[in-house]
Amino acid sequence: MPTRETSDVIVIGAGVVGAACAHYAALAGLSVTVVDRGYVAGGTTGAGEGNLLVSDKEPGPELQLALLSTALWTELADRLPPTVEYEAKGGLVVASGETGLHALREFGARQEKAGVIAHEVPGDRLHDLEPHLAPGLTGGFHYPQDAQVMPAQAAAQLLRAAGDRVRLALGEEVTGLLTGAGGAVRGVRTATRELHAPYVVNAAGTWGGALAELAGVHLPVLPRRGFVLVTEPLPRIVRHKVYAADYVADVASGSAALQTSAVVEGTPAGPVLIGASRERVGFDRTLSTEVLHRLAAGATALFPVLGTVRAIRTYLGFRPYLPDHLPAIGPDPRAPGLLHACGHEGAGIGLAPVTGQIVAACITGAEPPLDLHPFRPERFDATAP
Amino acid sequence: MTASASEPEDVARSCSASGPKDSTRTAPDPVPDTGRRADAPYDLVVVGAGSAGLAGAVAASELGLSVALLDSSAQSGGQFYRHPAPALGARRPEALHHDWSAFADLRRRLHASGVDHLTGHHVWSVVKETDGTWTAHALTGADGCADAPARIRARALLLATGAYERQLPFPGWTLPGVVGAGGAQAMLKSGLVLPGRSIVVAGSGPLLLAVASSLASAGARVPAVVEAAGYLRYGRRPRALATNPRKAAEALVHAAALVRHRVPVRLRSAVTEVHGTDRVEAVTVSRLDREWRPVRGTGRRIACDALAVGHGLVPQIELAVAVGCTTRALPDGTLGLALDDLQESSVPGLWAAGETGGVGGAELARTEGELAGRVIAARLLGRPARVGATAGLRRRRDRMRAFADVMSAAHAPGPGWTGWLSDDTDVCRCEEVPAGRIREAIAACGARDARTVKLLTRAGMGWCQGRMCGTAVACLASAGSAPEPPGERRPFAVPVPLSTLAALDGSPDPASAPDSPTDPVPS
Ligand SMILES: Cc1cc2nc3c(=O)[nH]c(=O)nc-3n(C[C@H](O)[C@H](O)[C@H](O)COP(=O)(O)OP(=O)(O)OC[C@H]3O[C@@H](n4cnc5c(N)ncnc54)[C@H](O)[C@@H]3O)c2cc1C
Ligand SMILES: Cc1cc2nc3c(=O)[nH]c(=O)nc-3n(C[C@H](O)[C@H](O)[C@H](O)COP(=O)(O)OP(=O)(O)OC[C@H]3O[C@@H](n4cnc5c(N)ncnc54)[C@H](O)[C@@H]3O)c2cc1C
Repeated sequence: MPTRETSDVIVIGAGVVGAACAHYAALAGLSVTVVDRGYVAGGTTGAGEGNLLVSDKEPGPELQLALLSTALWTELADRLPPTVEYEAKGGLVVASGETGLHALREFGARQEKAGVIAHEVPGDRLHDLEPHLAPGLTGGFHYPQDAQVMPAQAAAQLLRAAGDRVRLALGEEVTGLLTGAGGAVRGVRTATRELHAPYVVNAAGTWGGALAELAGVHLPVLPRRGFVLVTEPLPRIVRHKVYAADYVADVASGSAALQTSAVVEGTPAGPVLIGASRERVGFDRTLSTEVLHRLAAGATALFPVLGTVRAIRTYLGFRPYLPDHLPAIGPDPRAPGLLHACGHEGAGIGLAPVTGQIVAACITGAEPPLDLHPFRPERFDATAP
Repeated sequence: MTASASEPEDVARSCSASGPKDSTRTAPDPVPDTGRRADAPYDLVVVGAGSAGLAGAVAASELGLSVALLDSSAQSGGQFYRHPAPALGARRPEALHHDWSAFADLRRRLHASGVDHLTGHHVWSVVKETDGTWTAHALTGADGCADAPARIRARALLLATGAYERQLPFPGWTLPGVVGAGGAQAMLKSGLVLPGRSIVVAGSGPLLLAVASSLASAGARVPAVVEAAGYLRYGRRPRALATNPRKAAEALVHAAALVRHRVPVRLRSAVTEVHGTDRVEAVTVSRLDREWRPVRGTGRRIACDALAVGHGLVPQIELAVAVGCTTRALPDGTLGLALDDLQESSVPGLWAAGETGGVGGAELARTEGELAGRVIAARLLGRPARVGATAGLRRRRDRMRAFADVMSAAHAPGPGWTGWLSDDTDVCRCEEVPAGRIREAIAACGARDARTVKLLTRAGMGWCQGRMCGTAVACLASAGSAPEPPGERRPFAVPVPLSTLAALDGSPDPASAPDSPTDPVPS
């Protein structure tokens, strides 16, 4: 006879998104059980980079989320212990030619209308911000709102700071959803027991589609592989998050060409992180020397001093993406009681707090901080409006 | 590319102009290069020139394959047949080895063969290309820093990268004067230097007796050999012992040497603390219970100026793990490669021999190397596999493997060893992560395995990539239940300069195929 346990909310997934959902639900006074088949931050969160970026986002619903989340992160930085390594270091996007700089300027102007702070930096002032940057760059933009956090610690401390209202059920895989009259979701089944709650949150990241299927609903979350290169520990030689404008130029021009800029950033512990690639190759874990080549070439082009620095490891992860590159956040009308909080692709660390806040608001009946229509989980159904 | 002094840089590859799919030559070609396309792959690349790699390379070459033998060190021989660089002028390096003649024989065969022995080649990655051939990416130069990266291609790959020493931390283990037991042996063999004058040898595993007897024979005082296991478990498998008389004889030779030098051996005991301010001055040796928990009140102080400590060896398999080879858990809690009866891994075209498949000593390594070399030659030359030709080798291998498993089981760390760690003992030396922080991550932050402990504490993220602390972290994370063997997942077998990675272009890599676009962009 399986044992039973009851709480107000069950969150499936102990990644940064699940942790933020649990955190804000607990702050709202709810009792929460977080279930994960692995351990805290063992999924994509443990393979991400921790950039909290507004600089790379087009005006639109994702940028709106990012701006709200950025504000929440500054507030969390005061509440969470310093081990989360929050740093409001700012981003620097550089251009190596007039075309690139022009595209940046146009992009920055549109972003500013949406609430982003962006300052143009002329070529001869770039080295004030980044002394080791390659010579000869045309100019760039400084984004003071870009920040950084250590993702695994962020997930762990979000859970910990939520206190006794959050219970962890680790090493337990959800194998089925419990439903009641009218198809309403009322809990989950794991290998050893049943857990009961009137609300179940799908924060299963890249595996969110499989989880949705357990509830009989369609949510096409797919994996997008990314590699990150990690160097030996160094003194601070990279101060901001630095990347090249080609990416923004590519976005702005609508070109279908491959995008090859690498984000270079230092970390408090010393290593420089260089990330990250994007490929659609399913869950393939084989090392790609082509990707390593591109990341290293991009980083050494920006910072020639890194040439002699050694990479000590590389890791990879699978970003959860949905076809329109927006996450699914909010209640699922097809399965009452089920809420989704997954599909954040390459921005889940950044977007976790606002996602948690939205989910908590939906459960307590509070007003969500923005219009949820673009994120509605049923939008991929053929018949959806 | 750096070649050893005895082999000129552009030695001929025996299958001169033949393409990747047909190799018809049967004898090594002694003449210098005769128009072979410079980028033609070898038949076989062997990584590691220890007992296993040497045997595999010469066996394959003698049967007609073109072979490149890569090793990071400047000499052949691996860990066992370490010997001083010629400049040291050692007259009789063989005095420190039993079985030197087997090595001398392999070296003679190597010199007579057409094998390209590429010394100073640190292989950082091996890649299976879309056409089925292998590329070994290597850094060159004595310390791997020379900026002449090499790319060696071949139709088949034999991994014979040996093992590295396993360490379990204890209070004081970072003091100068504490050295690895195998490392002390290696220092003695290659440089003829001792780590101290009075050296306690401790840890677990058959290597300890060998190390103590060499140190004592070289003039050091060895106040004690401290072995955490009992030897009782050997006795539970009498068959494996009886069929391996040479192994038993080897142990007797070491034991006799210890008696001669009056070295006491303490079983079921461990060094649970090291004392000293600037370097080792003494150690505390405690009795252990069956689970390796130190027994209260049994601690005894022994004066010494060095401690040589090790808990057996861990197969060095990251190159194979990175390409997806299946592993198997060994009885001592380490991971080895899962190999079939003919030494092939789960990834077709990748063979392994020696310690990579489980630690078993130089003779087993040699046998497996020879077997792999013959099997690979038969496969590539399209000869029907003649079962009979390798039957003897396979029987010998199986017999020695059975013995290795008995040894491995006898020296598996007991779950109670973590009891000798205090909260402020650094477990990860690279990142300076003490045991207390790891315990906290497990108790309060939801880490439950080596990976999540690493993510939450940085233990294992540093320079050595968890080679030093992997076992300890896995044991702490498992909280007393059987720990998962550390995954040996290190995509770079050695650190690689970014300029080397940046220069890697045009590699025929599946990920660059048009249907799987690669587009690094900010995340
Ligand atoms: C290389 C790379 C770099 C990145 N860089 C950044 C960056 O700089 N900034 C940024 O914001 N984002 C970045 N990301 C993206 C970010 O990592 C993800 O968006 C984010 O981690 C997703 O978090 P999550 O909580 O949704 O998913 P996860 O962390 O994957 O958590 C989901 C959890 O659900 C569990 N689970 C799944 N199915 C079940 C089940 N049936 N039962 C129980 N548990 C289950 C899993 O075990 C997992 O722990 C990067 C990603 C990659 C791969
Ligand atoms: C420190 C140490 C000391 C030892 N001392 C003894 C002893 O005293 N007595 C005893 O009986 N046994 C000893 N052993 C065990 C001994 O290693 C084996 O019995 C035997 O050497 C196994 O042969 P092998 O060919 O499998 O590996 P090894 O002899 O270890 O050979 C592996 C070779 O691979 C090379 N290599 C590894 N990785 C790479 C790479 N990425 N790129 C290029 N080259 C690489 C290494 O340089 C090495 O030469 C010791 C082992 C270790 C680790």
